[in-house]
Amino acid sequence: MIAELTALLSHPLWRMIAALAAVMAFLAVNGLVLLYAERKVAGFIQRRPGPYEVGPHGLLQPFADAGKLISKQLVTPMGADRLLFWLAPLLSLAPVVVCFLPIPFSPVLTGMDINLGLLLILAFSGLNTLALCLAGWGSNNKYSLLGAARAVAQSVAYEIPLLLAVLAVAFQVGSLDLSAIAAPQTKGLLSWNVFVQPLAFVIFFISAVAETNRAPFDLPEAESELTAGFHTEYSGMGFGIFFLAEYSYMVVVCSVATALFLGGWDGPVFPGPWWFLGKVFALVFALMWFRWTFPRVRFDQLLNVCWKWMIPLGLANLAATAFLVKWVH
Amino acid sequence: MKRLLKTLKGLWSLVVGLKITGVELFKPWLTVHYPRQEVDNLGGYRGHIELMPAADDPLTARCIMCWKCVEICPSRCISLRMHAKGEEAGADPGLLLAPEVKSPFSAHLAPPPDKIERVLDSYRLNYSLCSLCGLCVQSCPVDAIRFSRNSYLVGTTRQSFELDLLARLRNPVDASRRRDQNARA
Repeated sequence: MIAELTALLSHPLWRMIAALAAVMAFLAVNGLVLLYAERKVAGFIQRRPGPYEVGPHGLLQPFADAGKLISKQLVTPMGADRLLFWLAPLLSLAPVVVCFLPIPFSPVLTGMDINLGLLLILAFSGLNTLALCLAGWGSNNKYSLLGAARAVAQSVAYEIPLLLAVLAVAFQVGSLDLSAIAAPQTKGLLSWNVFVQPLAFVIFFISAVAETNRAPFDLPEAESELTAGFHTEYSGMGFGIFFLAEYSYMVVVCSVATALFLGGWDGPVFPGPWWFLGKVFALVFALMWFRWTFPRVRFDQLLNVCWKWMIPLGLANLAATAFLVKWVH
Repeated sequence: MKRLLKTLKGLWSLVVGLKITGVELFKPWLTVHYPRQEVDNLGGYRGHIELMPAADDPLTARCIMCWKCVEICPSRCISLRMHAKGEEAGADPGLLLAPEVKSPFSAHLAPPPDKIERVLDSYRLNYSLCSLCGLCVQSCPVDAIRFSRNSYLVGTTRQSFELDLLARLRNPVDASRRRDQNARA
């Protein structure tokens, strides 16, 4: 039975379908866990208990929240573009599932062996920008539109340093396959790329915060200025899906950071997917920590950081890497 | 060079910020978790009024039924019933006042308690009308009423704010809570 299953899963198509199903299940659970974790981290940093009443230590709070969101009426605002308005949340969440396919949780636990895995993730995560743009445009609301404009400007700007950081690692390894990039980093702590390419890691992580629209770069939904930005008009599951997508993208960028810089599935004892997940959630925790530490930047500051610091530094880093790679070979 | 230094300083401030929140993360909660914990710094809290017990008997009110609190209350939220000792409860309280008094609400002429001995039947407070002005507490000649520290009064109907203060004085649970308050004060 097990042998037959393994044989079945060795076919790339079946493997991909199984991986997609597993990813969808993982995303749902991940959304619930991170929703709870975010509120607990926020509470603890502000020295209060966070959710506490629903279930022991508030453990059932995310289920209550999800139940509320699912049971709410779906309202389309007057004058909104119905098609675009409802297409946007779906377009935000759907590509995430694909982004998980090439991520190497372990040498065996990889949804799809593809030598352009990195490119696939970057391409599909770019669709999220389009989704935010459609949400803002379709809502017929000035706050939504402003949020969408910010989302596009921000995503386009920060995709460049993100790519430059990724390219530096890709140059060094000579591959865009995440498994191939993670594999050479399994020879102990010092072989991790974060020690070889520290600048690229910093640039990548800052860009990742901006790409996922997380605080302090959460300008597209800046609630003190734009009510809720691009998702002002969404309630119920429309908002829920955007929320789920945000948490899923957090996991995607942290997974990519783990595979690129933090040694993938490598660990001091029993290397395996648990180490990968541990690192991913440590980075997710760092994102939450950032959110409850740093105040939101102004939009000109946001773009200044990108164009005046990150891109020049990224370019310099890339040039140095290219020079070293060529020179060493 | 100066700009670079400024940037590095700014970057370092981010680390400092992270350190502060990181340390706060592991410190105990500061908020009081209400249904499980209650605050104990209610020294200056003005809740609804409550009756003070007599010196010799903690279950009797110190009130001498002079009607001053009833009269001075601008919201008319206090009402009391009494009867002369030896008479049946429920008699018209106006009859216990001086003959020239026509209504219970103009009772500054009420005779002192040594002339007619009276028994308090009920002392009711309609807290939904009370504005917590404190005139009743100030005007009481024998300090028979004070502000309670009952800060957790919750009700879903208007009737639940019509408080029977005499029953509250006699209720052992409330009495023990008052003892705690006195000890803390």
